[in-house]
Amino acid sequence: MDAHAVLIQPFVEFGFMRRALVACLALSVGSGPVGVLLVLRRMSLVGDALGHAVLPGAAIGFMIAGLSLVVMSLGGFIAGLVVATLSGVVARVTPQREDASFAAFYLISLALGVLIVSTHGSNVDLVHVLFGTILAVDDASLLLVVSIATLTLFTLAVIGRGLIVECFDPGFLRAVGGPGAVVHFVFLTLVVMNLVAGFHALGTLMAVGLMMLPAAVARFWAGEVATLAAASSAIAFASGYAGLLLSYHADLPSGPAIILVAGGVYMVSVVAGPRGSLWARFMPRQHLEA
Amino acid sequence: MTVVFSLHDVTLGYDRHPAVHHLTGSFATGSLTAVVGPNGSGKSTLLKGLIGHLPPLEGRLERNGLRHSDIAYLPQQAEIDRSFPISVIDTVLLGHWRTIGLFRSVTRPQWRKAEGALRAVGLDGFGRRPIASLSAGQFQRVLFARMLLQNCPVILLDEPFTAIDAKTSADLMRVVVGWHGEGRTVVAVLHDLDQVRGNFPDTLVMAREPVAWGATGEVLRAEHLFQARQMAEAWDDRAEVCRRGGG
Repeated sequence: MDAHAVLIQPFVEFGFMRRALVACLALSVGSGPVGVLLVLRRMSLVGDALGHAVLPGAAIGFMIAGLSLVVMSLGGFIAGLVVATLSGVVARVTPQREDASFAAFYLISLALGVLIVSTHGSNVDLVHVLFGTILAVDDASLLLVVSIATLTLFTLAVIGRGLIVECFDPGFLRAVGGPGAVVHFVFLTLVVMNLVAGFHALGTLMAVGLMMLPAAVARFWAGEVATLAAASSAIAFASGYAGLLLSYHADLPSGPAIILVAGGVYMVSVVAGPRGSLWARFMPRQHLEA
Repeated sequence: MTVVFSLHDVTLGYDRHPAVHHLTGSFATGSLTAVVGPNGSGKSTLLKGLIGHLPPLEGRLERNGLRHSDIAYLPQQAEIDRSFPISVIDTVLLGHWRTIGLFRSVTRPQWRKAEGALRAVGLDGFGRRPIASLSAGQFQRVLFARMLLQNCPVILLDEPFTAIDAKTSADLMRVVVGWHGEGRTVVAVLHDLDQVRGNFPDTLVMAREPVAWGATGEVLRAEHLFQARQMAEAWDDRAEVCRRGGG
C-alpha cells in the first residue's frame, strides 16, 4: 500500500470524505483564532460550557422541525446566546465571577437539553446531537460552516484591537471609554456561532474540541497573537485531516478520532514543544551572556 | 484660579461603607498633588471617584467640563495581564487611542511618536520585545510612555512607584515633574514622603476622613501623619447610618 493510497485516495474516491475535509478546513479557520482568544482571556472552560449550552436549543429545533439544519442551528445559536448573555449580566451586575455564572447557566441549559431529548426523541437522535456526524455533512451544512468561518474572520478583523486590549488591560479600555462590554459580547457571539458550526460535525459534546485543543497546543509553539492564531488553525486542520484518515482506515467514529488526534498533538507539545514545554524546563540549554 | 475637580462633601465607598468620608476641596488646574495615607485610607478609591468609575454615595463631584478622554489613569498594576503576548511598541501605541480608537490604523508619525516616548522613558530599542520579558520597573516605564502619548490635560497615578527601584522611580518622577511644567494637572497616590516633600507642591493626607489638604510643607507635619496612622483599619459591620452632611 503506497502513501498516495493511504493519504489521498480516500478523499479522491468518496464525496463524503471530501466534504468532511472541507468542513474541517472551514472549522479550523474560524475556530482557531477564536480558541486562542478564549485561552488568552482565561476562558478555556467557558468555551466548554457554551458548547454544552447549545444542546437544548438544538433539541427544541429538532422537536419542531426534525433533522433540519437551519432550525437546529438557529435553536442552538439562540440557546448559546441566552446562556452567554445571562452569565455576562450576572457577572457584571453582581459580585459573582463569570466562570461561576457560566457554570450555573450551562448546567441548567444542559439538563434542560437532555430532558427534552430524552422525553421527545429516540436514543438515535440523542447520539446524533451529542456526537455529530461529520461524514454526513451535506452541502447545506457545508455552506453554513464556511459562512460562519468567513463571518468570524471579518468580525475578528474589525474588533481585534478592542478584544486584545480588553483582555490585556481592561482597566485602560475602561479609562479611555472603550466599548469593553460590546466587544466582549460580540466575541461571545462568535464563540457560540463557531460552536454551532462545530456541532454538526462533531456534536455538542466535542464541538469545543477543535476550538480549544489546537489553541492550547499553539501556546507551546508560538508567542504572538497572530502567530498563535495561525498555528492554532493549522494544527486544527492537520488534526482534522489525520483524524478523518484514521477513522476511514481503522473504521472508527470520525468525531472522537479527530479530537483524539488533536489531543495527541497536545500531549506531544506539552512534552516537547519549543516554548515552555517539559523538555524546555528539564533539559535547559546553556544560559546566554546577556 | 480655575479648577479641574471640585468636591463638595463627597463620600465614596462600597456597600454603603465609606472609604472616603465627607471630603470637600478642589484640585486646581495645573496643580501637582500627592495623596498620602496608610493602606485602606481611601486613596485609590478617591482616584476611582475622580475618574468616574465609582459614583459618590453622597455629595457632589464636579469635573468641570472634562471629558472622559481628557483623563489619563494609571491604576495599580494588578489589573494588567503581564504574561499577555503583546509587544512593547503595541502597548505604547495604545496611547493614541483617542485618535485611532477601535478601528483606525496607526500612521507613520504616530509610530515615530511612540518610539520617541519610549526614548523619553529610557527604553530605546525595546519596541519589539514582548512585555512578558520586562522587569516590573521596565514595565512601569512602558506605561508611562503610553501616558505620554495619551497627551491628557489631567493625569491620575495610583502608586506609580511602588515596587520600583530608586533609579526608575527618579526617572519617572522627572516625567511627572515635566507634565507639571507643561501645565497638566497631576494627582498621584504615593508612600514615599521624601519624594512628596521634594517634588509635590500640594498634598492631601487621607485616613478615610480627610486629615489635611494644602501646601505640602504645611500639611506633612508630624501631628497629621500621627492622626492618619490612628485610623481604624476594618470597617464596622454594625455601623450606624451616618448623620453628617445632608443625609
